[in-house]
Amino acid sequence: MSAWTTVCHVEDLLPERGAAALVGEHQVAVFRLQGDEVVAVQQRDPFSGANVLSRGIVGSAGDAATLASPMYKQVWDLRTGACLDPAGKEPQDLRTFGVVVDADGRVRVAG
Amino acid sequence: MRDHHTRNPSERPTMSLTSPGRVLVVGAGMVAHHLAEQLVTRSPEGAWQLTVLGEEDAAPYDRVHLSDFFSGSDARALTLPGTPWLDPRVQLRTGDPVRSVDRDARTVTTRSGRVEAYDQLVLATGSWAWTPRTEGTDLPGVFTYRTLADVEALRDWVARRTEELGRPLAGAVVGGGVLGLEAAAALQKLGTSATVVEFADRLMNVQLDDGGGEALRVLVTGLGMDVRTSTGATRLGAAADGAVATMDLSDGSSVPADVVVFSTGVRPRDRVARESGLAIGERGGVVVGPTCRTSDPSIWAVGECASFEGECTGLVAPGNAMADVVVDQLLGGSATYRPAADGTKLKGVGVDAASFGDVFALTPGALEVMFADPVAQTYRKLVVSDDARTLLGGVFVGDTSLYSSLRPMLGRPLGADPSAFLAPEGGAPAPGPDLPDDVVVCSCSNVSAGTVRAAVTEHGCTSVGEVKKCTRAGTVCGSCVPLLTKIVNSTLESAGVTVSNAMCEHFAMPRAELFALVRRDGLRTFTQVVEAHGTGRGCAVCKPAVASMLSSTNAGHVLEREHAALQDTNDHVLANMQKDGTYSVVPRVPGGEITPEKLVVLGQVAAEFGLATRITGAQRIAMFGARIDQLPAIWRRLVDAGFESGQAYGKSLRAVKSCVGQAWCRFGVQDSASMAVRLELRYRGLRSPHKFKVGVSGCARECAEARGKDVGVIATEKGWNVYVGGNGGFTPRHAELLAEDLDDDRLVQVIDRFLAHYIQSADRVQRTAPWVAEYPGGLAELRRVVVEDSRGIGAELDAVMAEHVAQYTDEWRATLDDPAKLRQFVSFVNAPDTPDPDLVYAPVRGQVRPARAGDDVADRNPVIARTLEVRS
Repeated sequence: MSAWTTVCHVEDLLPERGAAALVGEHQVAVFRLQGDEVVAVQQRDPFSGANVLSRGIVGSAGDAATLASPMYKQVWDLRTGACLDPAGKEPQDLRTFGVVVDADGRVRVAG
Repeated sequence: MRDHHTRNPSERPTMSLTSPGRVLVVGAGMVAHHLAEQLVTRSPEGAWQLTVLGEEDAAPYDRVHLSDFFSGSDARALTLPGTPWLDPRVQLRTGDPVRSVDRDARTVTTRSGRVEAYDQLVLATGSWAWTPRTEGTDLPGVFTYRTLADVEALRDWVARRTEELGRPLAGAVVGGGVLGLEAAAALQKLGTSATVVEFADRLMNVQLDDGGGEALRVLVTGLGMDVRTSTGATRLGAAADGAVATMDLSDGSSVPADVVVFSTGVRPRDRVARESGLAIGERGGVVVGPTCRTSDPSIWAVGECASFEGECTGLVAPGNAMADVVVDQLLGGSATYRPAADGTKLKGVGVDAASFGDVFALTPGALEVMFADPVAQTYRKLVVSDDARTLLGGVFVGDTSLYSSLRPMLGRPLGADPSAFLAPEGGAPAPGPDLPDDVVVCSCSNVSAGTVRAAVTEHGCTSVGEVKKCTRAGTVCGSCVPLLTKIVNSTLESAGVTVSNAMCEHFAMPRAELFALVRRDGLRTFTQVVEAHGTGRGCAVCKPAVASMLSSTNAGHVLEREHAALQDTNDHVLANMQKDGTYSVVPRVPGGEITPEKLVVLGQVAAEFGLATRITGAQRIAMFGARIDQLPAIWRRLVDAGFESGQAYGKSLRAVKSCVGQAWCRFGVQDSASMAVRLELRYRGLRSPHKFKVGVSGCARECAEARGKDVGVIATEKGWNVYVGGNGGFTPRHAELLAEDLDDDRLVQVIDRFLAHYIQSADRVQRTAPWVAEYPGGLAELRRVVVEDSRGIGAELDAVMAEHVAQYTDEWRATLDDPAKLRQFVSFVNAPDTPDPDLVYAPVRGQVRPARAGDDVADRNPVIARTLEVRS
């Protein structure tokens, strides 16, 4: 967890919409939630194998901030990566990535 | 109610009267999986041990959907629901089949020499694929179609042999049953031709009568299969290199065959049982009684290896039923097995065929009522008792919509004249929520209507999803889900539970109600809407629905800052996502008319960007494989050439299909092409609860197939007839006549009002077909409201549409003109010049498709990839 990659400025991210970023070898989906909290999960949709999760719809389920896959509509908790709705398949969780937004608004992702 | 068919395991407390001790299951197929899952579910605390020993390397998988292997990317598509293997009391050992049973010592020995002791032994060894002793069945390139290993070997052979021969392969399937047809469809998916050889005089001869078999032959031939009935394979001949190359038939002909699949039936795998001295049925199989015990009281047999009353089954549903019985017996219960009527449905072939019950009307006095429509290519038959009241069987080819609703009625009064069910439209309503309790709704999981109701009334399930989880109904083949939904909802209603018509957890009201509030309050953003009428921050259900409402009320471009976050990815990037995460590009071609100059531009753009091109069913041209970061450049070229978005991605007007009409056609009575262009330009970009399509035909010959559209317009000598509520797709329906002999302007007004009324009052993702079908007061009332303006809302509806027309702008032009919107079209926010490195393409017929595991040639650059196929 020593390497942090600056991927963008927080203002580059639309609220409740994702952006894809390259962090080393990893494709990462970065999301700006309400209140400017920024989180990141793997970009690869485990159900389809396509690198599309940054293009899913951000929402909420109770207190959890959620992401719905744009491919087959599975839903995950964006903060933990836990699969909340596997849409009839075996649940597959997402890898999450640490994110910090520094005082200048730079979004830095661990990994 | 002691019969297992009518009882769900969860309806009674867990039994712990008897511990089964060490249970050993021989065979790791679907039935073994079901047995393990049932034992774990029903005895969560029991002190038993379960060991499942299998021959195949894989954990149990969904053999019923084996053909999905060829549509999915790998074997994961075949995963079964539930994971009993995670329970510490359960062990699964694959790749090591049982070789022998020592009944005295109560042990089994596996191929690897491992010895396992048991207290209770369950044989679940299934079947093996039988092949006739035809000369040449041992040649390379000859396969059976039963296991994952079979289909993997088949796929690998086709890939390798295609490369060796440098041409598409000739494929042949011996056996025209359900599996044979699935295998033939799989061969076609792999790019080979498919000859189907059937010894009987028709396809699916076990399940279909003559009429059904003939209808299926026509449909299957239409898929490009070469069907040879009343003939058998007599000899397979080899090429110079020893692999199979030809197949001689008993009619004296010979067909090329570079790959051959035998699908000539299965036989029970009973060798281990036979050698251990258990009683074996005359036609094979381990003899079991109603408790599924064999002739040895501590040995049971379930599924296709078990012979009950002299018969072995070849389907999964009876096997699962037997497994339920054995689990119940092991836990001290007294359930017994009773065969349910089998039904069969063809899957994954691209044509529909299904039957159940007494297909051949063998019951004394049985009557057959049939309806064959050679134009629509459908065949439907019901078999009823001599008084025409009791349903005995059914055959459905081309349209199997009646299969799932009528099959549960087998052996029961139909409640209507049988011919009423078969009439092409209208007809008697399919049986619904008032089915008797003991009727089996889901035959795959053996769940009765009573069990479904009990899941609601006694176990507190409040949704179809919960009922599925609780009872397993609808989780195997899924064909009963519509019926299941009706039963669950009506039970909830009569139990006093309000059936939630909430859109989702964020909005407690249905779409039409929320839409009315949005319009009343003039809300303009999602935040306003959710703060006023909902909770939380939305989800993938309500956000696009609200986006559609805001768009219908002209609240601005779909990519305006806050709206952008509401859109499905398709609406977000104004293109349609494909399986690899790239997009299709489909410009509008109004009425299907396009100039030569514009055609040239499409060709140039596609060639330059390496996009695969196709003519769509909506008379336009789709280009596949555009990366998100390429979309603006592609659209810049298209917009400059005069194209605009075709909204092929949106819940909105797709296209207006037309024939050439009076302008050129000798028979046209009106100018259908001009009317189609007028309508398409009027309704382009109109957001609606679901996509909608329009057709315009220039005469009654109906070449535009307008009655299959949401709005169909057909020319008459005096003007235009307009039909509404048609649909293709999953539930085909012909549009019904709304108004006759309208002049041009009146036609437009009637369609305006119909669409505006639909958009305001339909439910989320409800297409016009169900909206019209469920319209309160029926079509007659809809006609009064829309055509005669009986409620006086005509002017308001007209105004809604006038505003839409006035506000229309091309979304793509607006996007290209706005640098802020364009910033969303990048591969990576921190590496905009690096495309997704995982995108790889393979050649197919001179174009590209996403590469998949096993492709011999592929390239990241589609322009290069499409040139890789240098052979024939």
